[in-house]
Amino acid sequence: MRGMSLIVKRVTKYTVGLIMLFGIYIVLHGHLSPGGGFAGGVIIALSFIHLILAFGRKDAEKMIPGKFLALGESFGGLLFLGLALIGLASGVFFLNFFSSKGTPFNLLSAGIIPLCNIAIGLKVGAGLFAVFMVLSVFRIDDKEEK
Amino acid sequence: MFELYVIMVFMIIGAVVAVNLRGLLSSVIAVGAVGLGLCVMFLLLRAPDLAITQLVVEILCLVILIRATIGRGVSRLQPKASRWIFAAFFIFAVGFLYIAYFAMKQIPVFGEALMNTSQFYIANALSKVKAANIVSAIILDFRGYDTLGEATVLFTSVIAVLAVMRRKGRKKIDERDELNS
Repeated sequence: MRGMSLIVKRVTKYTVGLIMLFGIYIVLHGHLSPGGGFAGGVIIALSFIHLILAFGRKDAEKMIPGKFLALGESFGGLLFLGLALIGLASGVFFLNFFSSKGTPFNLLSAGIIPLCNIAIGLKVGAGLFAVFMVLSVFRIDDKEEK
Repeated sequence: MFELYVIMVFMIIGAVVAVNLRGLLSSVIAVGAVGLGLCVMFLLLRAPDLAITQLVVEILCLVILIRATIGRGVSRLQPKASRWIFAAFFIFAVGFLYIAYFAMKQIPVFGEALMNTSQFYIANALSKVKAANIVSAIILDFRGYDTLGEATVLFTSVIAVLAVMRRKGRKKIDERDELNS
């Protein structure tokens, strides 16, 4: 898969950071405003997809190492499960053990919900980006691999 | 309510067009129109969480569908429409509508939900969870177990896609099975 024209590459350089920043904003503000881990994670994955569509496979693979995807997917899933299991130490699965601290409508509030949002965002972003890479970038035919 | 029906009719037309078109690109775009109509519907029903998620997932699906079909040179389908398939579809559709009629009579009227458990969530989300966004309080605190299941489904599907499409161990086109040769 080759990259697109110079104009697309130049515009992508300016916009891709903003898209990713918006995804991170939606993940971090999931407990205050609409959005959350799933939507923010997909937006982060879309920013990487934007990069790949504009620059082509070879240049984009230098920017995004493949091991990062497996790491993000596994770490996100384990973090989410770990947060649930920490609550089990006090007797309840998914206990919101921080909820006594912090005031509502602040960024640092709502106990473990921001942490859960970050975990889901990592997991969804890495997982869906891996699905995109496998389904549309890798070659199926043996002839095209050479 | 009127605009909801307009969008619903638009979505149904889009779905029918998507099934009947021959060109795959036009079909994918029609599917995208259905998804965006659903996104506008969520906005009109005042569910911005769902609208954001639907919009974003729809765009991701469109990109993947276009890259995975058009990018690979598959641009056209040749459907083999036989009478038996049409008859089976007709019987299934009639049966489905017949059962759905009885199911639809049981659910409460649109916009007037029973709100047995959700009253508890709405009353206690701010005081117990201290999250300003009640939707996020429900899916990550009251119903956290469901979200864990959803995360597991996504994890499994990603692993399944990676396992099916992996490069190592894939047979070449002219390679034979060792058992048969």
